[in-house]
Amino acid sequence: MAPVLEVSGLTTVFHTRTGVVRAVQDVSFSVEAGETLAIVGESGCGKTMTALSLMRLIPMPPGEITAGTVKVAGTDLLTLDEASMRKMRGSQIAMIFQEPMTALNPLFTVGRQIAEMVSLHENVSRRVANDRAVEMLQHVRIPAPERRAREYPHQMSGGMRQRAMIAMALACKPKVLIADEPTTALDVTIQAQVLDLIDDLRKELGTAVVLITHDLGVVAETADRMIVMYAGRKVEEGTTKDLFADPCHPYLQGLLASVPRLGASGSQRLREIPGVVPSLSDLPKGCAFADRCSSAIGKCLEAIPPLEQKRPGHSAACWVT
Amino acid sequence: MLDYILRRLALMVLTLFGVSVAIFLLLRIVPGNIADILFDSAGMIDPAEKQQITKDLGLDLPLVEQYARWIGGLAHGDLGYSYVSEKPVLDEILPRIPITARLAGLALLFAVCTGVPFGVISAVRQNSWLDYILRVFSLLFLSMPSFWLGLLVLMAFVNWFGILPIYDKAPPTWGAFALMLGVPAATVGLRSSALIMRLTRSSMLEVLRQDYVRTARSKGLSEGAVTFVHALRNAVLPVITTIGIETAFLFGGLIVTETVFNIPGVARFLVEAIRWRDYPMVQNLVMFIAVIVVMVNLIVDIAYMFVDPRIRLRA
Repeated sequence: MAPVLEVSGLTTVFHTRTGVVRAVQDVSFSVEAGETLAIVGESGCGKTMTALSLMRLIPMPPGEITAGTVKVAGTDLLTLDEASMRKMRGSQIAMIFQEPMTALNPLFTVGRQIAEMVSLHENVSRRVANDRAVEMLQHVRIPAPERRAREYPHQMSGGMRQRAMIAMALACKPKVLIADEPTTALDVTIQAQVLDLIDDLRKELGTAVVLITHDLGVVAETADRMIVMYAGRKVEEGTTKDLFADPCHPYLQGLLASVPRLGASGSQRLREIPGVVPSLSDLPKGCAFADRCSSAIGKCLEAIPPLEQKRPGHSAACWVT
Repeated sequence: MLDYILRRLALMVLTLFGVSVAIFLLLRIVPGNIADILFDSAGMIDPAEKQQITKDLGLDLPLVEQYARWIGGLAHGDLGYSYVSEKPVLDEILPRIPITARLAGLALLFAVCTGVPFGVISAVRQNSWLDYILRVFSLLFLSMPSFWLGLLVLMAFVNWFGILPIYDKAPPTWGAFALMLGVPAATVGLRSSALIMRLTRSSMLEVLRQDYVRTARSKGLSEGAVTFVHALRNAVLPVITTIGIETAFLFGGLIVTETVFNIPGVARFLVEAIRWRDYPMVQNLVMFIAVIVVMVNLIVDIAYMFVDPRIRLRA
């Protein structure tokens, strides 16, 4: 099956007073219909900037997408004019955000905000759009959807707002859904419900899901494949199963080692990766992780390691492993 | 909601009571009353006559009694008589109200209709030359005293057009009518316009950074829809509040502008009444202005509730 989302060589920079910040560098991946791909990495590694680049929502200036292609069902979004791009947003590629508390407009009812999406992309009457909004709210398992559609965001809980966001994002049945840390701001019990919901809708609608998260537990539960980002670059890619069982890049090894485990003795300190992420405006010549890496060799400081296949379907960018 | 409005009305009565006491006392603290003025400056009357006038007008009574008489009359709709013209205060004020109301309304309309759009433009084009120009001019207009601005406007008209936009009961043409109303209204409203512009700009910049604006863009809405539907509606909330406060300031500007442009409205009349220590006139005019300011603020708060469901549903 041809992938519905194909990203290749995506590079996004920000021009700031202190210099050029390389937020996303040469990132490539693809997602098939009905598949979930997770993008993993710590804060500031370029996950959200990748997502916003896909939607072309990077503020320009100061941001600029300098290279790459983002193909949704064969159409390269980066070559479209703004008007055509607007038609793609919401209808072909939609996004849900981290903070459900602030991502909905406080002055409009939830129903109206969903209906707005429908009437924007489909030539239907206001009534049909409103009916669809209620239908979508029901779809995301919000009880009493007719009443809830008439409510304002502040009358809903965080979990319910995030469901409403999902309802809005999927109202026009987009081919690709980008979920940027959709559960970070929610309670743990609500997190599981929201993830289940996204998963069920993905299966039902055949949507390709790009799940951005720093929570490896979330990845393990929901993603088919994952890519690991570090300092704006993709450093490892493969199936979730493979990467968890046998990580190649020392960064992912470190990340996995830092996950607390049940049964570990209480006196044992959590393992952490020493050091901090380098500044994106002042990246080292070699591997960006070399400074923090215990197995770094001389070559790591000299040249950026290319992404190479370590095993079938599993690639990593590391000189050592 | 009704509950809220009733509570507000009760508070309004309290505010007006405070205003009435303040204006009453202030007027008596200012040295001289009408009898002194007639006696001292004009030398029109002899000391015995001065005594008689003071007694006739009740100015020799204790302050509390004077106050009680005024408020008592007010409660019955009796505003008393002007010391100067000796006509009922109501008959003096009523014909002047529409003139001032029209001017104030136009000034406010001008302030909102220029302030909000320019504020939006300035925010959307932040740090462009257009933004800089708008910001410099708004600061200029904000710092300009309205009497000076009024004189400048008059001078400009005389210099460039050779005419004065002077008040006329029956202006000869529509153009003269528009000029006669528009120029003073713009002069009074310019300060408010500048304030509203700066406020809209900063509020808009704040709102444009919000997550829901990004959400609106991610839906595929056009920049226009994002700016005017999703952002502006949130950004005008603080502006609405300011409109209420600006109404009070507007009267200050009106007094000066009515004088400069020779408009026979309430505001200029007030200054004359103060000069003559025409207590019933001043007291009732100030109360009238206070009622308007308080009412406008109530309307503003109700408008706020209509725009913001978070306030409406809590009230």
